Amino acid sequence: MRAPPEEGPVLACEGLCVSYFTRAGEIPAVVDFDLRIAPGEAVGLVGESGCGKSTVALAIMRYLGRAGRIVAGRIRFRGRDLVPLGERELRRIRGARIGMIYQEPMASLNPSMKIGAQLLEVPLCHRNLRRGEARERALEMLARVGLPDTRRIFGSYPHQLSGGQQQRVVIAMALLADPDLLLLDEPTTALDVTIEAGILDLVGDISARFGTALLYISHNLGLIRRTCDRVAVMYAGEVVEEGGVEEVFGAMRHPYTQGLFDAVPLPGSDRATRPLRPIPGRLPLPQERPRGCVFGPRCAHFRAGICDRRQRMEALTGGRLQRVRCARHGEIRRPPRGRSTGPPEAREPGAVMLEVRGLDKEYAVGDGPFTLFTGDGRRRIRANRKLDLLAREGETLAIVGESGCGKSTFAKVLVGLEPATAGRIRFEGREVAAAPVEKRERELVARLQMIFQNPFETLNPSLTVGAQIARVVRKFGLARGREEVRRRVFELLELVKLPREFFWRRPRQLSGGQKQRIGIARAFAGDPKLVVADEPVSALDVSVQAAVVELLTDIQRRRRTTLLFISHDLSLVRYLADRVVVMYLGRIVEQGTAEAVFTPPYHPYTEALLSAVPVADPAVVTRRIILEGELPSALEPPSGCPFHTRCPRKAGALCEEREPPEQRFGADHRIACHLPAEELARGATVFRDAGLPGFP
Amino acid sequence: MRRLRAPGPGEAASAATALRRALGSLRESPLAITGAAILAFWLAMAVLAPVLPLADPNLPLEPLRPPLSVGADGSTTFWLGTDIKGRDVLSRLIWGARRVLVWAGLATLAAYLVGIAMGLVAGYRGGWWDEALSFLANLLLSFPVMVLYIVVITRIGASPINIVLAVTFASAPAIMRIVRGLVLDLKTRDYVLAARTRGEGALWIMFVELLPNARGPLIVDACLRMGYTTIALATLGFLGLGLPPPDPDWGAMIAETQPMGAFAGHAMLFPALAVSSLVLGFNLLADGLREISLRD
Repeated sequence: MRAPPEEGPVLACEGLCVSYFTRAGEIPAVVDFDLRIAPGEAVGLVGESGCGKSTVALAIMRYLGRAGRIVAGRIRFRGRDLVPLGERELRRIRGARIGMIYQEPMASLNPSMKIGAQLLEVPLCHRNLRRGEARERALEMLARVGLPDTRRIFGSYPHQLSGGQQQRVVIAMALLADPDLLLLDEPTTALDVTIEAGILDLVGDISARFGTALLYISHNLGLIRRTCDRVAVMYAGEVVEEGGVEEVFGAMRHPYTQGLFDAVPLPGSDRATRPLRPIPGRLPLPQERPRGCVFGPRCAHFRAGICDRRQRMEALTGGRLQRVRCARHGEIRRPPRGRSTGPPEAREPGAVMLEVRGLDKEYAVGDGPFTLFTGDGRRRIRANRKLDLLAREGETLAIVGESGCGKSTFAKVLVGLEPATAGRIRFEGREVAAAPVEKRERELVARLQMIFQNPFETLNPSLTVGAQIARVVRKFGLARGREEVRRRVFELLELVKLPREFFWRRPRQLSGGQKQRIGIARAFAGDPKLVVADEPVSALDVSVQAAVVELLTDIQRRRRTTLLFISHDLSLVRYLADRVVVMYLGRIVEQGTAEAVFTPPYHPYTEALLSAVPVADPAVVTRRIILEGELPSALEPPSGCPFHTRCPRKAGALCEEREPPEQRFGADHRIACHLPAEELARGATVFRDAGLPGFP
Repeated sequence: MRRLRAPGPGEAASAATALRRALGSLRESPLAITGAAILAFWLAMAVLAPVLPLADPNLPLEPLRPPLSVGADGSTTFWLGTDIKGRDVLSRLIWGARRVLVWAGLATLAAYLVGIAMGLVAGYRGGWWDEALSFLANLLLSFPVMVLYIVVITRIGASPINIVLAVTFASAPAIMRIVRGLVLDLKTRDYVLAARTRGEGALWIMFVELLPNARGPLIVDACLRMGYTTIALATLGFLGLGLPPPDPDWGAMIAETQPMGAFAGHAMLFPALAVSSLVLGFNLLADGLREISLRD
């Protein structure tokens, strides 16, 4: 069984330096990295993409591949240096004593093997158990990670499970070997927030029970705060600040950490009181690292003579664990945060731009050759059911919900990429529900545009940026002739704050944020009245995200465009939306002003969704509600209220039998729920600010 | 690792840098260089055939002279010997290269035009278009290629144009399937949806948004397919169904000498080597290009 607790840390990285060797020469990815993890401790490694956090995990596992090499330093695992070990000895440690969990559960599961067989490999290979014994342990572990019906799951193939279940299986597999250390590389980034909350709690429980040390690697500050005891913030391959989570997040000293916090929306702050501030500049390329402080070129506090020397980690005085790699940390003071002082300034409601009534969208699936034998064997996915909503001129309407709730389908129906099955969509007084985009008039198409989610797919890789925007300008008949078109394109580039040189660039020369700006320029080319933005920033790093959000809302407000912002990020929605629509399994469960939706009374689903959002601000206390069960399949939606299978406040049989009525609270707040209005109104707020009373 | 490059001052310059970069990355794959060198050799031979000091490829001189022999006039050297009919093998080889490269190129091009058109429509339109075109392609693919060639050519006669038709007939279905597969993947990309949301027509989407972004795998496949077509032309020539005599054809050169067996080994060996080296060149270049495209 488990070795008796030994003295000293489970893992200690000392002066670790990792480089990749490519055609361009040596590229340092991790520089002078120190980290100690005590048994049972949870440590977070946080930073934006390219900061080297995943390379650290790969180095610990010694999975660097042919190009990567540890050029200096030691990795002590239980006192033993892993760096000089050979493949054979490493195999005895990997999986058995250090487990690793990746972002994409399907990448860790063999699609052609049953779950059971994959689980059994672990105890059979690493622990020399007999088959029957191994099986028993595997089933027990499946139950322990909160999976229902373990025998059925044991005999299933990975594709038969949902994403959340797959990740639980991966965790069970890692835990079966009873490891001393678990590396979790963005373990829940691919999952919905309500599923994420359950998984994080599960890992925490297990770590507490078995004394497993955890190393979380994430870009999500809130997740780190929820799960970790200590945190190390990485930038450009170096740890710039470390210490206890509450310590660092409560009083961060390094300008980069401060920049990260200023770039993310926190609950209780909005655009008026605390606008998002992007970090200026961009991450230096690994081969162009600055000589002195790596953050120097982007830092507002840069002082020549002090900051252009190499920076060392310095411990803060006053008995704290916190250490900072900044020569000026003693002088830099963070200005106090702005706080919401009340409801945001009410803006003049404009004319109704968009009116959706009873919108239904169904997809037929299983339209195969067997339809012939089974009659109308087609099954239908009801992606949108009876949607009713309004959007006014100049307002930002956010649609939130987890994957499969139908929010992207609604966007496609709206812009005409998919026809509606039933119902009406009136846009500027014109009926558009039945008209596919190919049949819409040019002027209508120009006035109803869309911004897409994936920056890496939003531009045609074969054309220059200029050619792509020019095409839109010509297509919408905004300008004619080479010179006039070019002038319009330059204006649009200016609108999204990009220099004219971008006209000649190709998409692969652009960063994700720049591509998304071009996407915005393209959508705003024809002076649209309504822009649908489907998760426009979810793939971007937080500092870039802030810049793109600010730009988008700025343009939108100046032009009084209606923005339909589709997102799963509730903090962001709270930050920029005037009104919010919450969807679950194709239906609207709650809608109203942002203020109304984010405060009681809540729909039980909205309440759970809000509580699942990991918040980075230590001043905020979140009321925890963990949802049981998985998101039901859209093919077989539950009868009655779609949420009754997971609802923690289920009223009884009524919820299973009848669709909930829509209850009105105030002028613009509607909740579809069976619970009596008084009962809904009794709920407490999800977020509480420990520092400020009266904070909503 | 993604690297950012300085922007070119204009489109013309960026096209030039693109070409330089393509040649530069070619240089990093030994496979691709070898393949390209072999192809460059044959291409040069084919282009220079009229200006090289070669004997008339169809003129009978002295039959069955071994390689490196000197002619009766004492001044001509038969570097690769002569064939049964006394024609200079070297000259026939080089003029043959011209013929095979031209017709294999044209045949592959024709097959690509048809295959791309079918694949774009099947992949982008989907539904009944896809069902019908895929069924047609499967029907053609279920036929042994050689039988297909022989049926087509014996039906409509052996001429260069008919050979192009036969190759198109046999290759287009496979190309269509590749294009269709690429299109099915590409058409879900956001830039295609963006084109649709600004009201672009099907032709624009197929030829501007889809086809240029499918070019990588298609270029690799085109290289391989040039090799297959070279083999097909040689085989047809060998079977007497190829490009009509008396102009030199590598397959026919092997066939003509075959009854003489060991006496005329050289007249058989050199055309056979020529076919193999050309096909090898195409295959190596294709492999090298694939390696480069996977690396970046």
